[in-house]
Amino acid sequence: MKVKETAKIIESKNLAQGVYSLKIKTTAAKDAIPGQFINIFSKDGSKLLPRPISICEIDKEASTLRVVFRVVGAGTNEFSKLVSGDEVEVMGPLGNGFPLEGEKSIVVGGGIGVPPMLELAKQLPGSVTAVMGYRNDDMFLTEEFTDVAAELIIATDDGSVGVHGTVVDAMNENNLQADVIYACGPKPMLRGAAAYAKEHGIKCYVSMEERMACGVGACLGCVCKSTEVDDHSHVHNKRVCKDGPVFLATEVEL
Amino acid sequence: MNTKVTIAGVEFQNPIMEASGTFGSGMEYSEFVDLNQLGAVVTKGVANVPWPGNPTPRIAEVSSGMLNAIGLQNPGVEVFCERDLKFLEQFVDTKVLVNVCGHSAEEYIEVVDRLSSESRVDMLEINISCPNVKEGGIAFGQDPKAVEEITRLVKAHAKQPIVMKLSPNVTDIKVMAKAAEAGGADAISLINTLTGMKIDVERQSFVLANKTGGMSGPAVHPIAVRMVYECANAVRIPIIGMGGISTWEDAVEMMLAGATAVSVGTANFFNPTATVDILAGVKDYMIRKNIEDINSIIGVVK
Ligand SMILES: Cc1cc2nc3c(=O)[nH]c(=O)nc-3n(C[C@H](O)[C@H](O)[C@H](O)COP(=O)(O)OP(=O)(O)OC[C@H]3O[C@@H](n4cnc5c(N)ncnc54)[C@H](O)[C@@H]3O)c2cc1C
Ligand SMILES: Cc1cc2nc3c(=O)[nH]c(=O)nc-3n(C[C@H](O)[C@H](O)[C@H](O)COP(=O)(O)O)c2cc1C
Ligand code: FES
Repeated sequence: MKVKETAKIIESKNLAQGVYSLKIKTTAAKDAIPGQFINIFSKDGSKLLPRPISICEIDKEASTLRVVFRVVGAGTNEFSKLVSGDEVEVMGPLGNGFPLEGEKSIVVGGGIGVPPMLELAKQLPGSVTAVMGYRNDDMFLTEEFTDVAAELIIATDDGSVGVHGTVVDAMNENNLQADVIYACGPKPMLRGAAAYAKEHGIKCYVSMEERMACGVGACLGCVCKSTEVDDHSHVHNKRVCKDGPVFLATEVEL
Repeated sequence: MNTKVTIAGVEFQNPIMEASGTFGSGMEYSEFVDLNQLGAVVTKGVANVPWPGNPTPRIAEVSSGMLNAIGLQNPGVEVFCERDLKFLEQFVDTKVLVNVCGHSAEEYIEVVDRLSSESRVDMLEINISCPNVKEGGIAFGQDPKAVEEITRLVKAHAKQPIVMKLSPNVTDIKVMAKAAEAGGADAISLINTLTGMKIDVERQSFVLANKTGGMSGPAVHPIAVRMVYECANAVRIPIIGMGGISTWEDAVEMMLAGATAVSVGTANFFNPTATVDILAGVKDYMIRKNIEDINSIIGVVK
């Protein structure tokens, strides 16, 4: 049986302006794979719905998960105040996760799409090029990527570090080749990564976002448009929480 | 201690069900709860053919509640029978209520006819109250003549007892309850969601793509209790009460107001074991209060 459980915060850190990292001791770590997410619940009883947050790092031995998130509202603001020893309600791991394929892969993250690529980069079998996009030089997780990826390319919106522009600009500038591209970030970035992949004949996986209620595939709140008829409702809607959040770029409308 | 309740000749091992649309057909939540513990599984609305539902965003959080505008996405009755009903066959202790939706009387009847030969279906819940589809749905539920007519038509075709699911988006819900009773309904269920709206003040636009959505969750509970109470005093047929039930107290309250059974909806989203937790709480209450038979609390608060 799956459970929603009370988990313990092991470590909390402020990584950049408004970006926080939590290490959480939870049984959800046991079966977790990169690209999956956990639902974190607010202690404020008037905020009922879970906040889905991607898994950034998995430590099965210590039974911990790391998540990195940006404060955008009341829920994430509450989580940013959590400190070591605090308790928090979580449920997971949820979603399908990234398939680990490819001799040579590119992992692409934009903004708060950066964190889930870290555990992926660690677990991918072949050589990994990480392409990470930030607004400016207030970056996060760059040291970790330097440790686990063969190469780290940075793009910033203001040009203060690395390539001046988007992650797709950075891929073009470096004329990157690979078997597989994995991407997480805002829709326009996913579209750009998918277009780059298509142009270069590379397989591409994208991680999608949608508003959620149940997080387990029951309420049909979180669907995205799919190119093929979906298995659940036999229309063109895939559930981001259950069939995703990871899809082949060709499988969904971006 | 007796927790069994009977509605239209169908006996439920206990009065705790989950609410249509919040639990799929039980598959996903069967990883969290033993469906055999529930009084009944109530399925998501099923139509004659697959429905794609509304554009996203379909979900918005509001204070102590939520708005949804799913728009009755479903795979259609054929796939439903072959896959979902088959899955439910293994849970012999729990009853199955199939929630039926349609755009027209013909579409409701097509589904009801198709389900008539399915032995796993114990009861039909006819959704004439979905606020998220334009024709059909709520259009049937806001006019007493239409309620009575659709009830009579469905009843004439149905092989299983029918429960008419009423909308709270009406001036006087008693009128709709009486219309359903006059049309031959075996029971009524209420409340469906209350039409609401949320506006994002930063973007100055609607949060939901559909602009409006159905409100559910703890915030609507007092409205639901009032409406169940009103209907219980207006009709003789049994009532399945729902709307914001998230604790055993909420469930007991609904029964004291006149519900024979209760459904748990939105609470599943923040507590996946809400149904069985509530059942355990109701049983503790019965022990503590020396209540031999759960039926003895139904509608006692007058
Ligand atoms: C699969 C998935 C993985 C995610 N991973 C991360 C991550 O690793 N780090 C990170 O910072 N953020 C991530 N997000 C986004 C994160 O869920 C939202 O930022 C968060 O829910 C906002 O909550 P809030 O209370 O602070 O904001 P509010 O705006 O107050 O939230 C109100 C409601 O809207 C929902 N909501 C708001 N923004 C989003 C959004 N972008 N996506 C889905 N629901 C939203 C909230 O869950 C809540 O129900 C992810 C989203 C999804 C769907
Ligand atoms: C996401 C969602 C989907 C729903 N889908 C249906 C449906 O298909 N048919 C139906 O009759 N009611 C549907 N409902 C209404 C619920 O069954 C219930 O009447 C309502 O939500 C009030 O109960 P609650 O506050 O416990 O959720 C849905 C509600 C939600 C939140
Ligand atoms: S959030 Fe309910 S189906 Fe995805």
